[in-house]
Amino acid sequence: MSGVRVLVGTRKGAFILTSDGKRERWDVSGPHFAGWEMYHLKGSPADPNRLYASQCSGWFGQIIQRSDDGGKTWTQPGTPPGEQAAPGGPPKAESNKFVYDTSADAGKPLTTHQFYDGTQHPWEFKRVWHLEPSLSDPDTVYAGVEDAALFRSKDGGKSWQELSGLRGHGTGPQWQPGAGGMCLHTIVLDPSNPNRMFVAISAAGAFRSDDAGKTWQPINRGLKSEFIPNPEAEVGHCVHRIAMHRSRPGVLFMQKHWDVMRSDNAGDLWQEVSGNLPSDFGFVVDVHAHEPETIYVVPIKSDGEHFPPDGKLRVYRSRSGGNEWEALTKGLPQRDCYVNVLRDAMAVDSLDKCGIYFGTTGGQVYCSADAGDNWAPIVRDLPAVLSVEVQTLA
Amino acid sequence: MIRVVLPAHLRGLAHIAGEVQVEIEGPVTQRSVVDALEASYPMLRGTIRDHVTQQRRPFLRFFACEEDLSHESPDAPLPDAVVAGKEPLLIVGAIAGG
Repeated sequence: MSGVRVLVGTRKGAFILTSDGKRERWDVSGPHFAGWEMYHLKGSPADPNRLYASQCSGWFGQIIQRSDDGGKTWTQPGTPPGEQAAPGGPPKAESNKFVYDTSADAGKPLTTHQFYDGTQHPWEFKRVWHLEPSLSDPDTVYAGVEDAALFRSKDGGKSWQELSGLRGHGTGPQWQPGAGGMCLHTIVLDPSNPNRMFVAISAAGAFRSDDAGKTWQPINRGLKSEFIPNPEAEVGHCVHRIAMHRSRPGVLFMQKHWDVMRSDNAGDLWQEVSGNLPSDFGFVVDVHAHEPETIYVVPIKSDGEHFPPDGKLRVYRSRSGGNEWEALTKGLPQRDCYVNVLRDAMAVDSLDKCGIYFGTTGGQVYCSADAGDNWAPIVRDLPAVLSVEVQTLA
Repeated sequence: MIRVVLPAHLRGLAHIAGEVQVEIEGPVTQRSVVDALEASYPMLRGTIRDHVTQQRRPFLRFFACEEDLSHESPDAPLPDAVVAGKEPLLIVGAIAGG
């Protein structure tokens, strides 16, 4: 019997929502890590029982958690509960240690980025925004962090090394923080080419590597951002999210600060597909699991008013890869709704019909088991939702 | 035996309840106590002191015997009552953010 497992990160803990393939009745597990900010949880495509989670706190810093049993139990990789340090050896507790590469080769040009006031500012690690497990190896996982950089672990999260070619490719001093901080929040792996990957940074833009993360190039041509000195600059764009359908890895969809965009050449050139959306500001974008031209966004009124236009929570679906959009409203609040949907808080399952999920800052997680036609809340009263991921289980 | 009281979030992280007790050989200081704590509970590494700089995290404070020791040298001796196990070293999270 097929089923789904929805991994929800919130401001005050993590929750795991499970259901059978009908997606009508749900079991809710949690809060896990109660009281901690859970920025993101994600399962390994190669081993669904292997989950990674980013747990953090303004008081106590960053923690990486791992589960090998689908979220029933968790440990910090390398430090099982109660494990004593090896006699005479260093404690095994490197899993929450993210150290920027300061080697002579990579470190010297990477020392500063642009701060809010335009001055240069040193890179300072704050938290992990996004964890992206390898498509093929459960022990390999990528972490997008604030201040923006990309790290990789090849030992199941026990230790992390920066892929410093990203910060080192030359534009780093022009990167600047968005309102949420200078975060690397999106990591997209190409299922057809293990050497190709995409990342997005607020506010720097999108970048692509074609050599497994060693070197990078900005892929922001076609983006126009009126709020920066040069609206068509090579970097400086506040990209909020990028999505891809695994059958067409050269086609990318982007929700930018303002504007919904698509690229048909792996980011070499972008074109706007906002079309008839009531607002082209927003955070999430995702692609139907079986229809690569069917995409979803949740319009938000503006950068200054982070809630849906007219108090109506509407998912918009395009069946033509953009430009023509239809509002999906059945089961969603259509009055007095002023929640936000954050950038990592939408996901799709791969059942037939495709399930669409999103979480709100008001603590609701909504599910549509019919590709967006009808919606129902799975839960209504969680802490503010930061991220939603879904695993389709055999 | 040195007694240490941790914030609730760190007790949960380390899967412990109540006070922690650590053995210290040599001078009893903030540094030696946190070193011993991290040796017994490796999952706490990086949560009290920054992993790289080894500086106390800014939203954590050290108290003992009704004194704020947060700005003392990490190598300064802790009060005799802490060394004798009569009083705990309190590691306290700042009340900030609601």
